[in-house]
Amino acid sequence: MDTARTYRLRKRNRRQTRNALLFISPWILGFLVFTLWPILYSGYLSLTDYDVLNDPNFVGLENYRQLGEDPRVLLSLRNTMFYAALSVPLHIGIALLLAMLLMRARRATGFFRTVFYLPNMTPPVAVGILLLLLFNGHNGLVNAVLGFVGIPGPDWTTDSTWIKPGLVLMSLWTLGGSTIILLAALNNVPRDLYDAALVDGAGPLRRFTSVTVPMISGTLFFLVIVNTIAALQSFTEAYTAYFGAGNGTYSNDAALFYVIYLFRQAFEYLNMGFASAMAWLLFAIIMVITAIQYVVGRKLVFYEGEDGG
Amino acid sequence: MASTPILKPVPAVEPDPGPVPVPELSRTRPKRRSPLKLLLWLALLAATAVFVYPLVWLVSASFKPQSEVFDNRLFPQTPTLANYVEIWNAAPLALWMGNTVLVTVLAAVAVTLSSSMVAWGFAYYRFRGRNALFFLVLATMMLPGAVTLIPTFLIWNALGQVGTLTPLWAGNLFGSAFYIFLLRQFFLGVPRQIFEAARTDGANDWQLFRHFALPLCKPALIVTLLFEAQAAWTDLMRPLIYLRDSSTFTVPRGLKAMVDQFGFAGNWHWELIVTASVITTLPMIVMFFIGQRHFIEGVATTGLKG
Repeated sequence: MDTARTYRLRKRNRRQTRNALLFISPWILGFLVFTLWPILYSGYLSLTDYDVLNDPNFVGLENYRQLGEDPRVLLSLRNTMFYAALSVPLHIGIALLLAMLLMRARRATGFFRTVFYLPNMTPPVAVGILLLLLFNGHNGLVNAVLGFVGIPGPDWTTDSTWIKPGLVLMSLWTLGGSTIILLAALNNVPRDLYDAALVDGAGPLRRFTSVTVPMISGTLFFLVIVNTIAALQSFTEAYTAYFGAGNGTYSNDAALFYVIYLFRQAFEYLNMGFASAMAWLLFAIIMVITAIQYVVGRKLVFYEGEDGG
Repeated sequence: MASTPILKPVPAVEPDPGPVPVPELSRTRPKRRSPLKLLLWLALLAATAVFVYPLVWLVSASFKPQSEVFDNRLFPQTPTLANYVEIWNAAPLALWMGNTVLVTVLAAVAVTLSSSMVAWGFAYYRFRGRNALFFLVLATMMLPGAVTLIPTFLIWNALGQVGTLTPLWAGNLFGSAFYIFLLRQFFLGVPRQIFEAARTDGANDWQLFRHFALPLCKPALIVTLLFEAQAAWTDLMRPLIYLRDSSTFTVPRGLKAMVDQFGFAGNWHWELIVTASVITTLPMIVMFFIGQRHFIEGVATTGLKG
């Protein structure tokens, strides 16, 4: 019995690595074909002129030089930064506010949580269409509501100054996911911390800054990073609303996000080399921003188990 | 498989210590300040209106004739089904639906099977280089899709698959980092003794995975299926890149084509676009109400890793 068991165990150890690799093999294969090779080939393409029909023509760093000369690269970068800088803090701030309200809704929490998540199920194409309809300057619902309280609403979908704010506001419609994540984090804050703070005479604001924020800072940090990366790559809503097959007729430079411009360069103008260079610039920008957020975040995030409290 | 769930992860049952005398300071407070409580409910109702009304507006508008689409009335003055009839005649909707269902099912099933296998490989086995390899899995999540976009297109192009539905789902056969992470966490949560016991009873590696690990992690598998189904159904960028002929379109791609044709190309038929939007969105709403608990719990766990 005992020897049989030892034998089995030894045999198992010998086979463990092989079987583990068998289970993992789909990912390894996928990584090599759909991640590693594309990364390398994209790096190569960024040094070439390539239109799919003819072979890539090596041009060195020419594409990267042109990145600086194409005014639309800079424009789309500015649009994207503006959008991210505005939408991410608003998104997380409002989600946190709603999550804190939900904490106090007691038995109705489940109902509201479901309702708040509903917009997240709406396909982004439909969100882009809703944007055009609801924010329409003449007969849209948003301006109707604004008019009701005496504010003349702008032409959200045609006035270049208001297109990006409109996109930001529309993006806030789908913050239910973050609300649920923050609600889960708030529920994990030990009750006795609040009671202790209350005993120490801390008011609501003090309890918020000294208990709530530190205890959920890990989740806030996660949301900032994930939402920033997503905002920097946003595509579908703006593309649906302001770009498309009949391009030129209704495309709008104010809504030209970086990934939209990259997409058009690659698949509409077939400048695959230039688009690859754009992709690498985006990668670098995302890396730098994430690194900055990470460094700042490490100083601000409070992890349980550290001394402190 | 009626005989499998003999073994369930039984939570350690501790004798119920009875009601713990917790000072319920936070629970009694709102009762004393009822104006604040009123404000709370007003704020929640206002938020509900903001989140739900656009969808209500959309459904309502789809039953309005062209001249009334923008009247912002809750109930159509002259309710009509004409838009649904017209859109059915104007576009190959049934075909688009069929394409989308096919892609959605294949994408969700493929990613769930492959990701659970890979996750199991990382969760159960101990081998050299495991942590480094798993770090690599997580690292791929950081890579912006834009970097691999063009070479991936070239792969499918070389395989002659551009213009078919294959590129929309076949990549899912190789697992996806996010789901691998999610499922691995779940596998790690199952007490290891269960697998050791199954092993002693003679289960081989595949049986261990198929008959013990998978059934025990059903909730996580459902979350994966639902999340990926939603992602596949709503995707626009890949259909834009890979689909050429309108007979191969998915519903969101078709909807975008309608916006281009009826919205901007001079044919002002927003009532049709509104109706098509409802048709595109409705399956997702239905799926949400069926799998509601899984969606909400899935999203909540997503954030807790942060």
